[in-house]
Amino acid sequence: MTGYRIQGATGEWEVVVGLEVHAQISTQAKLFSGAATAFGAEPNTQVSLVDAAMPGMLPVPNMECIRQAVRTGIAINAQINKWSRFDRKNYFYADLPQGYQISQLYHPIVGEGSLEVQLDDKDPESTKTIGIERIHVEQDAGKLMHDQHPTMSYVDLNRSGVALMEIVSRPDLRSPVEAGAYLAKLRTILRYVGSCDGNMDQGSMRADVNVSVRKPGEPFGTRTETKNVNSVRFVMAVVEQEAKRQVALIEDGGTIVQETRLYDPDRNETRSMRSKEDAHDYRYFPDPDLLPIVLDDAFVEECRASLPELPDAKRHRYETALGLSPYNAGVLTAEVETSRWFEALLAQSATQQGKPEGEVAKQAANWLTSELFGALNKLGKGLLESPVSPEAGGELLALIGKGTISGSAAKQVLEIMLETGNTPGAIVEREGLTQTSDTGAIKAAVDAVLAANADKVEQYKGGKEALFGFFVGQTMKAMQGKGNPGLVNEVLKAKLG
Amino acid sequence: MTDLTDLGVAAIRAGVANGDFSATEVAGAFNTAVADAQPALNAFITLTPDKALEAAAAVDADRAAGKALGKMAGVPIGMKDLFATTGTKTTAASQILGNFVPPYESTVSQKLWDAGAGMLGKLNLDQFAMGSSNETSAFGNVISPWRREGDTAQLAPGGSSGGSSAAVSARIAPAATGTDTGGSIRQPAAFTGISGIKPTYGRCSRWGIVAFASSLDQAGPMARDVRDCAIMLEAMAGFDPKDSTSLDLPVPEWEANLNADLRGKKVGIPREYRMDGMDADVARAWDEGIAWLKDAGAEIVDINLAHTKYALPAYYIIAPAEASSNLARYDGVRYGLRDLPQGAGLQDMYAATRAAGFGAEVKRRILMGTYVLSAGFYDAYYTQAQKVRTLISRDFMDAFQTVDVILAPTAPTAAFGLGEMVSDPLAMYLNDVFAVPASLAGLPAMSVPAGLDRQGLPLGLQLIGRPFDEQGVLDAGLAIEARAGFTARPAKWW
Repeated sequence: MTGYRIQGATGEWEVVVGLEVHAQISTQAKLFSGAATAFGAEPNTQVSLVDAAMPGMLPVPNMECIRQAVRTGIAINAQINKWSRFDRKNYFYADLPQGYQISQLYHPIVGEGSLEVQLDDKDPESTKTIGIERIHVEQDAGKLMHDQHPTMSYVDLNRSGVALMEIVSRPDLRSPVEAGAYLAKLRTILRYVGSCDGNMDQGSMRADVNVSVRKPGEPFGTRTETKNVNSVRFVMAVVEQEAKRQVALIEDGGTIVQETRLYDPDRNETRSMRSKEDAHDYRYFPDPDLLPIVLDDAFVEECRASLPELPDAKRHRYETALGLSPYNAGVLTAEVETSRWFEALLAQSATQQGKPEGEVAKQAANWLTSELFGALNKLGKGLLESPVSPEAGGELLALIGKGTISGSAAKQVLEIMLETGNTPGAIVEREGLTQTSDTGAIKAAVDAVLAANADKVEQYKGGKEALFGFFVGQTMKAMQGKGNPGLVNEVLKAKLG
Repeated sequence: MTDLTDLGVAAIRAGVANGDFSATEVAGAFNTAVADAQPALNAFITLTPDKALEAAAAVDADRAAGKALGKMAGVPIGMKDLFATTGTKTTAASQILGNFVPPYESTVSQKLWDAGAGMLGKLNLDQFAMGSSNETSAFGNVISPWRREGDTAQLAPGGSSGGSSAAVSARIAPAATGTDTGGSIRQPAAFTGISGIKPTYGRCSRWGIVAFASSLDQAGPMARDVRDCAIMLEAMAGFDPKDSTSLDLPVPEWEANLNADLRGKKVGIPREYRMDGMDADVARAWDEGIAWLKDAGAEIVDINLAHTKYALPAYYIIAPAEASSNLARYDGVRYGLRDLPQGAGLQDMYAATRAAGFGAEVKRRILMGTYVLSAGFYDAYYTQAQKVRTLISRDFMDAFQTVDVILAPTAPTAAFGLGEMVSDPLAMYLNDVFAVPASLAGLPAMSVPAGLDRQGLPLGLQLIGRPFDEQGVLDAGLAIEARAGFTARPAKWW
């Protein structure tokens, strides 16, 4: 595969990207206080004395946050540090009540790990392993509101103290596609693990995008960091725009300064926020209010045992044990909800047909990815809003599998299910869509059709084999579409000799 | 009837329990004494006579109803104004918290109220507990009730718990809370002829105490004698899930187990504390202390605490470093003082608020702390100081292989005069030289009165124990107390 290159006036440039992803840990309570973490609450209604940094207040670690970070670390095959510690990152800002953020600089809870991304949906071989340097746990800050008063800013501390994981990649990404695929894959894993809901539009997940450019084979260039990018698409745009900007600047004789930038989606450009000269000296030091976090083997093992089947393993199983195509396996495992839905559908279908899952999996996968996704797409709905439950879907698949209804009838039934929410059995009954596999009835219908079209039978026998389809159609019509198409074919072939 | 203000914790508790007098009478007597002394001594920042009476009335009612009484039932105490008290101003002796009224109660003060104590008022201190003379308070100096013989010069009550030491030694409170970061209980106790103990780090919850240096801050009692300290410490100590550094251990029955018989015990005398040019009276008091402990049955053993001379510099790196960060929350945004000059932005507000809200010593320590944590200096200062801290702890642990308790002076001199040291911060910091090693190592340490110096001023002796062995410290303190026969008290000149 040829690498992504930017064509500059002086030749080709390579882009080097690393992501620092901030993922809000899905817990009811904050990292060091019992205050709630729900999104969208009225300002300053989820603030404890600790979050407001009242005098004499002390942080107490919420071990559920630690547990989720460890589970996430195991999910990316990372080293789990059984001894870790919190540090204070000191700086003044109105949204930071303590005057420091409690974070982990020197001894993060999760060390080196990696994840595998697939760069082309259609090509299962297009994988790349992206290194992850560390995951550390830290507090979020509050939020300033500048639109509440003509001359003053207000502070909302609801987010103050909410637990974040900062997941730091190696500078292993080389293109917008790789950066996008990495972020998407990371989001998938977090959602499987349940450690972050991945809602990027609510700020539950956001990325700081580090970008530099170089001539292929040369050492790394100076990087810029674009902060708080909140969608996969924007991350890809930042990589592209920032790389182009850097190349143009260097080729114009300028130099890249290490700085913090912001992305403006409306203009699709990055803008300087502050340069390294203005950078804070954060004066990190171990937080003396907190003891080191010491984990024992049992804790780590419990975390490991509590993990669900992860996307890569699931995808592999779908391909090997269930015989799904790589494409279907990829689609069905990309979101944890989709795989859950699929597995419920498959279980129902297999049970009702009395067959092992492996035998009916392809049918279920094809129906879900083409029939149901197509229908939902037309309705503008996601799988979670589907009016058809996995149980009802499984029932429908069983009706097809057992030959009770034809494939075309099944499409009709699905439409009615989506409209009415009725079960497929009831719909088939009411609409009289049951297909006939009674060979006697089929033979009678075929005989009648052949008798009524003796001229065409002659033509067929004379070599006009294309007429076979005509006989099938006439037979089906005579049977009001309920004839089992396989049996109709079989009988016709026998009769026409 | 005896003057109720002459009584200490144990005597008041017994008298109330026996019905010799009511808790309300006790509270009334101390309220009067406090009001009488306040203009001269300035020991309190806020007086709360109603709180004292309210708590006393509750104890009297409980007694009348035949209910069990708490460890501190009927004892009115002074509360250092570093402990958050619901509905009562908590200032840390600073302008920045000058009008701060917390909506919460510190764990330690709550435990004391639960044990039946009442609050006479909030005691003055060095601002944010930073100081050794109580001259850094934004609410004026505390004046020691002690005077040199034949002299009326104002003396320092020690610091930072100077309001506490002044109140207890002046008999306007039977006991008071203190906090000790680098000697802030022990040194003022020594300066005023009372007893005070800093327990093992983690014994008393720090929750609700305005933080100075988190890894060092410990609350403890200051009282007339060792038994009173044991009683009050039992009421203050205990595991608190709200403080991650709190010790999850049961609270021993220190009072019931007090035992001044030291036969079979070994007492270590650290060579390194005997410094060149040591004050002769302090040296003599130390020698007397050695003799008393020998008399109590202990074996005296010379020990080495090799890294002692590095303790003070390490302390003056670690404590300011933590303080510079702990005090960042006082920014004018959410509570406390806000100085918002016309047209000011956020940075201007920070600068104006903190310039107006912090005193000179607090600013000095924030500057030092910020400096030692800065990029390029961190390893040379903070990391190095933490290594020294580890070595100092190791010295103590090695010594405790051999000895049960260590005896040393509490402070290098008796009380100095107000104003004598303020212009020389280094000389002031040297006052903590004997106190900070135990703080850095998190060990229980106590000061008990040993006698008077040639000017008639009290001297204290310090006992340092193994981690969690407050009992050993209290027992040795009791042995000294029994032999020192210290009955001196300041003449009432106010």
